[in-house]
Amino acid sequence: MRAFAALVTQLGYTRSRNAKVALIADYLRATPDPDRGWALAALTGEADFSAVKASAVRTMAMERVDPELFRLSRDFVGDTAETVALIWPETATPTNDLRLADAVDAFATVSRARAPALLADYMDRLDSEGRYALIKLATGAMRVGISARLAKTAFAQAFGLDVDAVEEVWHALAPPYASLFAWGEGGPRPDPEGTPYFRPFMLAHPLEDGTVDLADYAAEWKWDGIRIQIVRIGDQVKLFSRGGDDITLAFPDIAQHMPVEGVFDGELLVRGEAQMGEAASFNALQQRLGRKTVSAKMLAEAPAFVRLYDLLIDGREDLRSLPWHIRRTRLEAKVPALPADRFDLSQVIEAADFVELGRIRDGARDAAIEGVMLKRRDSLYVPGRRVGLWYKWKRDPLTADCVMMYAQRGSGKRSSFYSDYTFGCWNDEGELVPVGKAYSGFSDSELKWLDKFVRQNTVNRFGPVREVEKSLVLEVAFDSIHESKRHKSGIAMRFPRIARLRRDKPASEADTVAALRAFIT
Amino acid sequence: MNASPHWIEPFPHGIYVRPADAWIDPSRPVPRALITHGHADHARGGHQAVWATPETLDIINLRYGRYDGENAVGYGESVDLNGVQVSFHPAGHVLGSAQIRLEYQGETVVVTGDFKRRPDPSCAPFELVPCDIFITEATFGLPVFRHPPTPDEIAKLIAMLEAHPQGCVLVGAYALGKAQRVIAELRDAGFNDPIYLHGALEKMCALYADHGIDLGELRPVAGTDKSELMGRIILAPPSALADRWSRRLPDPVTAMASGWMRVRARARQRGVELPLIISDHADWDELTQTIRDVGPREVWVTHGREEALLRWCQLHQIRARALALVGREDEDDA
Repeated sequence: MRAFAALVTQLGYTRSRNAKVALIADYLRATPDPDRGWALAALTGEADFSAVKASAVRTMAMERVDPELFRLSRDFVGDTAETVALIWPETATPTNDLRLADAVDAFATVSRARAPALLADYMDRLDSEGRYALIKLATGAMRVGISARLAKTAFAQAFGLDVDAVEEVWHALAPPYASLFAWGEGGPRPDPEGTPYFRPFMLAHPLEDGTVDLADYAAEWKWDGIRIQIVRIGDQVKLFSRGGDDITLAFPDIAQHMPVEGVFDGELLVRGEAQMGEAASFNALQQRLGRKTVSAKMLAEAPAFVRLYDLLIDGREDLRSLPWHIRRTRLEAKVPALPADRFDLSQVIEAADFVELGRIRDGARDAAIEGVMLKRRDSLYVPGRRVGLWYKWKRDPLTADCVMMYAQRGSGKRSSFYSDYTFGCWNDEGELVPVGKAYSGFSDSELKWLDKFVRQNTVNRFGPVREVEKSLVLEVAFDSIHESKRHKSGIAMRFPRIARLRRDKPASEADTVAALRAFIT
Repeated sequence: MNASPHWIEPFPHGIYVRPADAWIDPSRPVPRALITHGHADHARGGHQAVWATPETLDIINLRYGRYDGENAVGYGESVDLNGVQVSFHPAGHVLGSAQIRLEYQGETVVVTGDFKRRPDPSCAPFELVPCDIFITEATFGLPVFRHPPTPDEIAKLIAMLEAHPQGCVLVGAYALGKAQRVIAELRDAGFNDPIYLHGALEKMCALYADHGIDLGELRPVAGTDKSELMGRIILAPPSALADRWSRRLPDPVTAMASGWMRVRARARQRGVELPLIISDHADWDELTQTIRDVGPREVWVTHGREEALLRWCQLHQIRARALALVGREDEDDA
């Protein structure tokens, strides 16, 4: 536990990506199985113990510390796990004799009721670094500034493997990854043959200002749904979201209707009422994500289908090392074998040149179209984003001038800054009503300015929320607008972010709710 | 609290000692001031007559100039101001820092100023002064603040330097007190290499040396070749860490010596890679232990996280009140 705690602490203070990779790699080489496997699972977000929740941590702390002193401390520190780790009364010198794997085994089998006592017992044996790392591990929320990809890169580097080769088998394995480490140390490559496992998606870069030659690139619509991978081997079918999460149970209407073996890449969409064939909004899909069961009503009201983009594996033949145009031909040949109400083909857009393509893109009316995808005709299917292979060319975002109404402090490294802003527009009665909330899009120096503005213009406080003088206009960019019952204005923005601070503009000239309603899709 | 004003009365800008017509650490100019120590939020300019320890007066003279009437009062010495017996006792915070003891008509009050209990080779150790009313700071008055043993933190600093021979370690440290203490602690740990200083630290280090604090060999960063700075410890005020000034250094690891480094977000916000929890203020355990040791009838809390300390007093059935003085900073990292 001591080495893992030291790693977590060091990662928290290390800025450079290479230095983080080196720290993790050193740890993985120096630590025995199965501890290092559990550490890797924690860093990649795959360690999850259903009995140990944040509430267990709080319950445990309250038994040792005065609740009022805890509350005051939590307010100051800004993170419950860290507060508990720091505030925990040390009775004697901690022994630090806990093994990571032993803690993991105990967390996996403990009951919800027993969890606080188990944790408390461990807390007594650890120093503050150890307590912090253990709570983060137990609650499955490391947040030490590294992505799963970075942890895998570190693993690959530690053992001289190729990270894409690691990624390829990763999703067929489970913690503590004994076969993976054995491979790293010269053993055979783990063989996931015969199981339906996730293959990392190929992703696109945004096409900034450049153009591409349509002789080299094919164009397709970019659909505004959920990217999905459908895997069938034998009679087992699995659906995976972009990050590799298993979403099979949320979409039985897809999983039960894939008749052929293979691995498909597509966009999950739902049909809107009375617009057969057209995709309904993204919101309808969100309601189904993360569910373990789906009601018959939901299946009937928002039936899902997949618009297919690519064929990775045909039967059992891996096509990923073939060029896109060949995979496309194979996909087109495959589609007639699939039920037409569940699967269709994402059409290639025919355009004479790039200028015409731009016109087609701007003229697209379908709400489910986010923009255009450009794929190099000879591109192999490679995981992640590679320069020059695939581009996404989104429609320009919509913008509105809104007025800042409330602000709230951020978390993590923003815990001292007012960085979350609720903004509003004018309604017909001449009142400002909230239309959205944004916490990105500004630079560090703009954040400092905004934080100062909030502190100097506070008119009211509601717990952590400050109401501010309604004087600052924010130009907000967003992808689309929908009806919503959550806001008094009756509308909600998709992916709002602060585009510009309009310190030049008086609040009275901000946009109206009526003007925003015109954007509803 | 009481209907008739006590002979010592707190105001937002300082503590007033009525019979002596004197203010303790006032934040605006007054005719008569008693000053606990030389930090800017306690020692303001513009007073007519001032009572402080000789070391504190030297520090004030170096930083802000002179007052018209300066009265040096050594540790343990006592002066009579209109019937109030005033004496100064070591607070263990920085060189010259004092607790001020006031006695009037049989009642004793101690104002701690800022203080700490743990050993510090750069100043006199805290002295326990019994009293009826104990007026204490609470900068680190939350139970999450428990400063680790200083030698462990110094060992981390030396280990980082050894692990990073092609670069240097840049330590942010408050110019008065913290910088000299870090140097003195390094010397105590047997680190005898020259230590390099940002220009803003030079004069205060010289003043400490004049007062007999051995800081070993110190060299200015200014005018020193980049290659000579490799493998060195460099001290600078915290404001210089992210400043263009630090670009002249060879691949610096940024460290910071402050009690706030106990909280990760505080360290990360400043881009600190090596947090060193070294504080010149009492931590939670020291604050609560000191209140127990002094055993006063009443505790008044001047500044910091007073809410939590009041809560602790309430849980331990000790009478306490908050004074809410203005202008006090969380100075441990300034």
